[in-house]
Amino acid sequence: MSSEVHTRFNRELHSFPGGLELKTHKELTNSKESLRTPLPDKIILPLQQHIGSPSETIVKKGDTVLKGQKIAQASGYISVPVHASTSGKILDIGTCQSIHIKSEQVPCIIIEPDGEDAWFELEPVTDYLSIDPEILQRLIYEAGMVGMGGAGFPAHVKLNEGTATAIDTLIINGVECEPYISCDDRIIREKADYIVSGTRMLQHAIQAEHCVIAVEEDMPEAFEALNALIDDDIELVTVPARYPAGGEKQLIKVLTGKEVPAGGLPIHIGIVMHNVGTAAAAFRAVTRGEPLLSRYVTVSGNVEDPRNLQVLLGTPVEHCLEQVGYHPRDDEAVIMGGPMMGKYIHDISMPVVKTTNSILVTSGFNRSREKPCIGCGDCVDVCPAKLLPQELFAYARAKDYEEVRALHLFDCIECGCCAYVCPSNIPLVKYYREAKTDIAIYEKKQAGYEHARHRFEARSERLDRIENRVDDRFDKIKTLSTDQDPVEEDKQSYIRAAVERMKQKKNKKKD
Amino acid sequence: MSYIDKISSPYIHSLTSINEVMRQVIFALVPGIIVTTWFLGWGVLVHCVLAVCFALAFEAIMLTLRKRPLQDFMYDGSAIITGLLFALTITPFAPWWVSLSGICFAIVVAKHLYGGLGYNIFNPAMAGYAFVLICFPVELNYWPTMLNHAVAGGSGVIESLKIIFIGLPYEGLDSLSGATPLAFTKSQLNGMVMLSEFSSGPLFGSLGGKGWEWIGLAFLAGGVWLMIKGIIKWQIPLIFIFILFALSLIFHGHDPERYASSMFNLFTGGTLLAAFFIATDPVTASATPRGKIIYAAGIGLLTYIIRTWGGYPDGIAFAVLIMNAAVPFIDNVTRPDVFGKVES
Repeated sequence: MSSEVHTRFNRELHSFPGGLELKTHKELTNSKESLRTPLPDKIILPLQQHIGSPSETIVKKGDTVLKGQKIAQASGYISVPVHASTSGKILDIGTCQSIHIKSEQVPCIIIEPDGEDAWFELEPVTDYLSIDPEILQRLIYEAGMVGMGGAGFPAHVKLNEGTATAIDTLIINGVECEPYISCDDRIIREKADYIVSGTRMLQHAIQAEHCVIAVEEDMPEAFEALNALIDDDIELVTVPARYPAGGEKQLIKVLTGKEVPAGGLPIHIGIVMHNVGTAAAAFRAVTRGEPLLSRYVTVSGNVEDPRNLQVLLGTPVEHCLEQVGYHPRDDEAVIMGGPMMGKYIHDISMPVVKTTNSILVTSGFNRSREKPCIGCGDCVDVCPAKLLPQELFAYARAKDYEEVRALHLFDCIECGCCAYVCPSNIPLVKYYREAKTDIAIYEKKQAGYEHARHRFEARSERLDRIENRVDDRFDKIKTLSTDQDPVEEDKQSYIRAAVERMKQKKNKKKD
Repeated sequence: MSYIDKISSPYIHSLTSINEVMRQVIFALVPGIIVTTWFLGWGVLVHCVLAVCFALAFEAIMLTLRKRPLQDFMYDGSAIITGLLFALTITPFAPWWVSLSGICFAIVVAKHLYGGLGYNIFNPAMAGYAFVLICFPVELNYWPTMLNHAVAGGSGVIESLKIIFIGLPYEGLDSLSGATPLAFTKSQLNGMVMLSEFSSGPLFGSLGGKGWEWIGLAFLAGGVWLMIKGIIKWQIPLIFIFILFALSLIFHGHDPERYASSMFNLFTGGTLLAAFFIATDPVTASATPRGKIIYAAGIGLLTYIIRTWGGYPDGIAFAVLIMNAAVPFIDNVTRPDVFGKVES
């Protein structure tokens, strides 16, 4: 069966530049059945779980909500709604710890579950392969769907742009290249039918010519699960296990040999890519009417029973860790995401969000001190974006942001390959991230200056205009007064009249 | 703020380190040091020890003056490598103060005045060697002779120490020292003697200069081991060797009486030591993929030009230094195209 599929398509694979062969550690979790995480005491739903503008709350403190009920609406094109992931009472509309910046708090809605898990009214759609693609996109948008591979780009935007352009290939990405993470592997094995049907649905939604599902070569069970369900309408491809083969641009290169233009999007070369989790969730959203409320999360590393969990969005990380036996130690850190690109979380009360693919308890960091760059060029060899990490580092450290830009800092995908191999143990990605942040702040400020300059110019122009008008009026007044000043005239006559009155009074007294 | 609070992705590391890289390079030099000592006498080892001690001393002084943490940099091994490479390039008959002044120039001027490890433009060992070669040409001219037997005269421990610390004896100097095969070839060719007239002489072995071919092979073995371990990459050594080989092949083929053979060029003098241990110094070599090729080819070309038409019998040190100076420019013009570069 599998050989037939291979011969039927015979897709030639390409290699992407750079990359690493990493120890995967997926055996810790990928053979264990996923578990549903019990309801936590508190559900924390941040208003921004996606790239774009944050959603806007449409509920009040004290409201009772049902599972699947919309509690925040999208606030623009690149934005999605948020739904209550269980039934209960709105405890507060407050803030929670940001995952990006330690000192930052982000707005969120906090729900106290009532334990009923009672559903809101659902509207399933069954004719998902024949309805108008635009309606399909609308349904996916209303379900709050975002890319579940990690970036969290609103799914409807990709679909919408897809119908606007002629799409050659839809790629469903099951290539989980980061070590430890196996949530895609697990969801494929457990929900292969959702993924295959979801893939067909997405293909219909964007009217793509070809359709490819890609998995990594170390996922044979997932491959077989999909292979049993697909027909010749979908190509199933295994790609070599090499980090970061699951990166969007890298996977496109591997599958098609095409390079997404620097600073561009896959859509520019007729390709749309979605994660396997997104395909499954989108299918569920349409055919069962259930918005995006839960996801697969790999909980691995230094825990008793590392495995995949099916977690309701908004569940605190702490609660997930409790399910697998977590005993905090001093030299450990809890990472959201994988060991190469994940984010260290300072506060484990932080919730699982739409993009959380993994919770990793890790230790054994390379603590050797940062040494000077010896220019070995190992980073150049592993960079998948074909950048010069050592030069970027030198300019980023010198804060020469113009040069850093010229060296394509913004094409850096922060995969971490350079820092991984650096013999001087330089945290290169940290430098790049700081440079990117600084540039963003500078540009915001610059935009502010620009705005202030415009305001100043507008103001001085207005003042000029007024002054001119005053001058005009003053000139007019002057010209009038040279003939005869009416005001002066009045004053004079008033004074004369007053003097006159005084004289009369005096005369009366004399009389 | 604790260590954990400062971590950022990636959280895993290949666990290579500068110290580890330098340690491997030092190990890889060992066979070459042993074979060189075998053929050129104990003076080689004495100079190795001297140069390493001087290098560590100057390193410590400069780090202290520059207020850098000693424990971080003293043990990175880079000063030891500079010392060893310098000692392996000079003659074992050189007086001790040649080592002292050469290493002083290498560590103080070429390395630390340029900003220390990672910032130096010129290969410290080669800068030090060029410095003493220009300042003390006479002292560096006496090489142990391998005329009568494969093992050089004046090679015992006591003799070597005497020569290095007291000086070469005037009596019997001729039996003790002689020209290296490269220098001999150069002077003979300059004297219009045909290559075939002297190339079967006692200075010459089957591949290169007698004894030198074994020294070359020992460095080759160390270099191959480094390549297998992934410490150095194949580009720089192999392209350098290829260019030198190809050029000498062309000229030797054109006129075998005036131009030495490819094998002679590879296995005589410091060719293989330079190819695997000097040209590959990451700090002073080009870091871009295309730049590495240009850099290595440049060293090969310049080495051949200096050896064949220049004033020095072995031109590698100058070839390396000239190409070191060109590295910033090479790096600048050979930047790779970014992934997905848009043709404009």
